[in-house]
Amino acid sequence: MKEYTITVFSENNIGLLNEVTIVFSRRKINIESLTVSESEVKGISRYTIVAFMDESKVENVVLQLEKIIGVFKALYFEAEEIVHQEVALFKIANSSKLNGNLEALVRNQNAKILTVNPEFLVIEKVGYKAENQQLFNELEQYGVLQFARSGRVAVSCLQKDFTKYLKEFVA
Amino acid sequence: METATKAENIKEMNNTGETLSGAEILVRSLIQEGVDTMFGYIGGAIMPVYDALYDYQKELKHYMSRHEQGATHSAQAYARLTKKPGVCFTTSGPGATNLLTGLADAYLDSTPMVVITGQVPSGLLGSDAFQETNMVGLSMPVTKWNFQITKVEEIAEVMAKAFYIARTGRPGPVLIDITKDAQVQKTEYKYERCKGIRSYQPVPKLNMGEISAAAELINSAKKPMILAGQGILLSGAEQELMEFAEKTQTPVACTLLGLSSFPTDHPLYVGMLGMHGNYGPNMNTNQCDVLIAIGMRFDDRVTGDTSKYAKQAKIIHIDIDRSEHNKNISVDVPVLADAKQALTELNKVVRGSEREEWMQSFKDYYQLEYEKVIENQTHSSRERINMAEVIDCLSEKTNGEAVLCTDVGQHQMTSARYYKFKNPNTQVTSGGLGTMGFGMPAAIGAQIADPNATVVSVSGDGGFQMTIQELAVIRQYKLPVKSIVLNNSFLGMVRQWQDLFFEQRFSYTEMDNPDFVKIVEGYGIKAKRVSKREELQDAIQEMLDFPGAFFLEVVVETESNVLPMIAPGAAVSEMRLE
Repeated sequence: MKEYTITVFSENNIGLLNEVTIVFSRRKINIESLTVSESEVKGISRYTIVAFMDESKVENVVLQLEKIIGVFKALYFEAEEIVHQEVALFKIANSSKLNGNLEALVRNQNAKILTVNPEFLVIEKVGYKAENQQLFNELEQYGVLQFARSGRVAVSCLQKDFTKYLKEFVA
Repeated sequence: METATKAENIKEMNNTGETLSGAEILVRSLIQEGVDTMFGYIGGAIMPVYDALYDYQKELKHYMSRHEQGATHSAQAYARLTKKPGVCFTTSGPGATNLLTGLADAYLDSTPMVVITGQVPSGLLGSDAFQETNMVGLSMPVTKWNFQITKVEEIAEVMAKAFYIARTGRPGPVLIDITKDAQVQKTEYKYERCKGIRSYQPVPKLNMGEISAAAELINSAKKPMILAGQGILLSGAEQELMEFAEKTQTPVACTLLGLSSFPTDHPLYVGMLGMHGNYGPNMNTNQCDVLIAIGMRFDDRVTGDTSKYAKQAKIIHIDIDRSEHNKNISVDVPVLADAKQALTELNKVVRGSEREEWMQSFKDYYQLEYEKVIENQTHSSRERINMAEVIDCLSEKTNGEAVLCTDVGQHQMTSARYYKFKNPNTQVTSGGLGTMGFGMPAAIGAQIADPNATVVSVSGDGGFQMTIQELAVIRQYKLPVKSIVLNNSFLGMVRQWQDLFFEQRFSYTEMDNPDFVKIVEGYGIKAKRVSKREELQDAIQEMLDFPGAFFLEVVVETESNVLPMIAPGAAVSEMRLE
């Protein structure tokens, strides 16, 4: 089993997400993370899906995704073929416990403080999943009230000009 | 009189900008798509559409099934024979869920269908209203496409898209769920047939590199073999296949659904593939040097153990569905194309000469199969009639020219093995899903598609009772369908597995059957039972000569197994003759 990042471009239609996930669930493949939002082209969604599966199956999965009416293209990548990040938000109670150490930590981790008010502050970090997890572990001493992380977003190292490619569909 | 006027002017009435109800727009859409026949069952949520149908009885003949599953199987067979999408209407809730088996069957067997289900009014969606089920959700895994219409303005465009998707590329079933309010709302009617969908490419652009790679392998092959699947029938490539086989002097084996794509009396025909196929093509799958698979998907019933499947051969796989390439079997040369398109190109560049020794090996295997199996089954010395005797006799008396609709089980495999198909597209059976109860309603659809054909349904005593109520359709529409039940008072194929692989523990496979003749006579259909060998020939003749519907029950041997057989998990070359 290997970790793959799968990118799917599709119409922004009701039910398509369901069709996409059925391809995974019928093969009993768990989805580790899934991010769907509008691509650079209005009306076309971009999915980034992270899942573990056998090397022999990943191509079948991707072709079955492409077979869905409404899907323009599906691609799969291994870790070294993409540049990827996640966003994490940490909500911490604003209390006397906070001191200069927190600020240093935030700076050292390339995170930033988004909001500060008398009740709480929110820290944002963009990074790999493990990095965000690491920051969470270190912030725990200050009492983390909420920790929300996005799924992975990724761009591939492929040469192809996807912006142009997608625009051709709507032309 | 208004009805007649409406009907006569229908063609001109397109795009007149009239304001019509959603129900009428739906009905007009069908006519625009060339539909003249449909199957279905009325109910609350589809009543406005049926009310509109009442005005179009001249254009649209609706056959009322007795259970929605029956309607789907009839529509499937109709689609397979006419190569037009089969159309079904049902209501919401149970009417709709009863369609799921037919949709799953059509999806696996690439049958074009457009199925329309009524739905509760859009305001009630998600509220667990009376007869509300989430049909889009339920049907998603078993349809090529589906859509829920909630606004009248969507109907014409969605219907055009539905027909386009169902019939193009690899055909398949489409479900359109339409809320009751959308059926009664009104809007301006304007219909345009769908010419393309931006995220869907039904006809792949032929890659000439793939064609020349395939041709190179074919032209250097010493022991090639063709596996002909349903793709040949779907693309109407029977002539191209014949030319290809003759030019390259390559033996042709058919999958279950590929049967009738190549005449069984052709010298290059070597039989059926798969678990209960013929001995030669299975054994030689592991002997050939080039395997040319056309419009088939390497189903597990064809391949047996994939780790021991044709390992010595180079494999060429021609298929229109890219996701089928390398799905079950790794192939050397995938060709993404419609079968007809690929064969037409290949025929320009392929050649071959007679392969006496190679063909002889098929003949030798056939001889062995004949001595060990075929002779014993078609000329049984046992007291009871063997299923093979019935099919052999039927094949002879119909000259291999009937449309044969079979159910699922021993009788199906026996029919596939012993019926000598002469003409293309003359077998209708449930292959991928293996749906018991498919055969008789399928025969109804086949007879409607081709009123002059001799349509024979062959079922077992188990499957026949799963959709027995469809006899009422034969009665109501006076269809001359011939139905044969091969009655061994068992679920024969399961019994066979229990016999061979479960130490003869016959767990719940024996059936205490009703008097089939009495039941069928209750439907007003002529019926007969035979159990003696000497009566069989005459009974089949009587059935075929009878001008209307006829039911023939043949009491057959219980203990007989369908042989040869590739045991589950075994390799194709480990096929057993006894």
